[in-house]
Amino acid sequence: MMCQNCGKNPATTHVKRTINGKTAEWHLCAECAAKQGLENMFGGLGFELGDFWGSLFAEPATREMADTLRCPGCGRRFHDIAQSGKVGCAQCYTTFYDRLLPSVQRIHGKTRHTGKVPLSASLKTEQPAEEVSAKKQAPEAPALSPEAPDRELSQLRKQLDQCIQLQQYEQCAVLRDQIRELEKGTEEKGEGSCE
Amino acid sequence: MNKPNDKWYRLSGVEGDVVISTRVRLARNLTGVPFPAAMNPEQKQSVVEAVCAALRPLGEPFQLADMGKLSPRDSLSLVERHLISPEFARSGAGSALLLTEDEGIALMVNEEDHLRLQVMRPGLDLDGAYEQADRLDSALDEKLHFAFDQRLGYLTQCPTNLGTGMRASLMLHLPALQERGAIQQLAVTVSKLGLTIRGMYGEGTKPQGAIYQLSNQVTLGISEREAIDNLKGIAAQIIREERAGREQWQKNPHFEDMVWRSLGLLRTARLLTGDEFMALVSNLRLGIAMGVIPDIPLETAGTLINDVQPATLMVAAGRDMEPAERDALRARTVRERLA
Repeated sequence: MMCQNCGKNPATTHVKRTINGKTAEWHLCAECAAKQGLENMFGGLGFELGDFWGSLFAEPATREMADTLRCPGCGRRFHDIAQSGKVGCAQCYTTFYDRLLPSVQRIHGKTRHTGKVPLSASLKTEQPAEEVSAKKQAPEAPALSPEAPDRELSQLRKQLDQCIQLQQYEQCAVLRDQIRELEKGTEEKGEGSCE
Repeated sequence: MNKPNDKWYRLSGVEGDVVISTRVRLARNLTGVPFPAAMNPEQKQSVVEAVCAALRPLGEPFQLADMGKLSPRDSLSLVERHLISPEFARSGAGSALLLTEDEGIALMVNEEDHLRLQVMRPGLDLDGAYEQADRLDSALDEKLHFAFDQRLGYLTQCPTNLGTGMRASLMLHLPALQERGAIQQLAVTVSKLGLTIRGMYGEGTKPQGAIYQLSNQVTLGISEREAIDNLKGIAAQIIREERAGREQWQKNPHFEDMVWRSLGLLRTARLLTGDEFMALVSNLRLGIAMGVIPDIPLETAGTLINDVQPATLMVAAGRDMEPAERDALRARTVRERLA
């Protein structure tokens, strides 16, 4: 068997990883395995979590989807982030929130900040008036039920996952926008204040 | 700037027999500028200028060093003194270091994140270090409005730092635990508690002289206070274990012999490699802490460890040296300090 990455050398390193019940396999040559830090896997030295960041996103459907969307802040696609393990700019976290979240969960075991909130951010949540009115003009702004934005969000996310699985990318884009709008809404209501 | 005895790392502090030093590091980024890996030189320069401008009114005098202009030995010496990360030493043009006179606060600009704010203290002082870092962070945020998301906390280039962006670490001297072969087990245990234990210079470095860094790993879903209390609690347990191990070890007649032999070698050797020095000075530090060697203060061992690392030796000599020449200078410096 040849190396899946370079296709030039015989694969000598075989990696099988099961995360949340999903199994992925890699067959790599020594050189490509070394680049991934795999030769040090059990040594504990010279190996950072970030090196594996990219392989946490190894779902083909997610990748294809990623190519259609670029972060307005830095122009990166999700694929670029997955490959480099480095997020392009602060705005990427908003742009690709849903796709980053599972990996954030894997890294930290949590997805919700509970620490310090800087004054600049708490001021922002108190004065979002202009932003809110601008957003409300967007045609597909969903009618939100103020009591249960979290439930609605998780429902939308579930639908988005299903669409990704079914490769219904147009519907994905619509759902993604709705999710983003809803997220902004909950943020502006101060829902995210320190718990 | 270089009065020799006023640097934080030349002092010893609370629980100094085991805890060499404390560091609290906060990762912060600006909005509207890509993260460092995606920045162009002009953007890097603008971040350096923004940080300098935000610092100016705070009154704390910082010295600015352009990483692109430092010689390799100068930047490596900063790593050896634990003032910057090994990655930052290689960062080159567009990155800058801001350092207070006692070198107790170091701001790395355009490291992995736009700003890495570090406060260092001798001994165990997590509360003091965090409070100072927190105050400086809040003051800088007034001007810089750091990138923050209500859900994910402080936004960082690598998602492993999301949330508080805080890494609190303790530099620990653990010769007894190392002697008992307990470090591996300790590493496994602390990792289950959201902490990590590594070699002296952090990520990917070999432990030397039984010196280890214990730090929090998880930064999201845990507050700064919880992370610090967690670290404190586990450190207290490690300190207890280490002390118990030392007392047990001291009952063995070889213990005293090992300490005095190490001091003898340090006082007489004409050539000392870095590895040999670290092994010997670890025994010396242990002997001082256990009262075997009464007339050498703990600070002397700590200062020596900093001063005879390869790049720091060459900075003091003012020129680059071959390893053999360094070994001779290291041995001479050690002899003079321990005379």
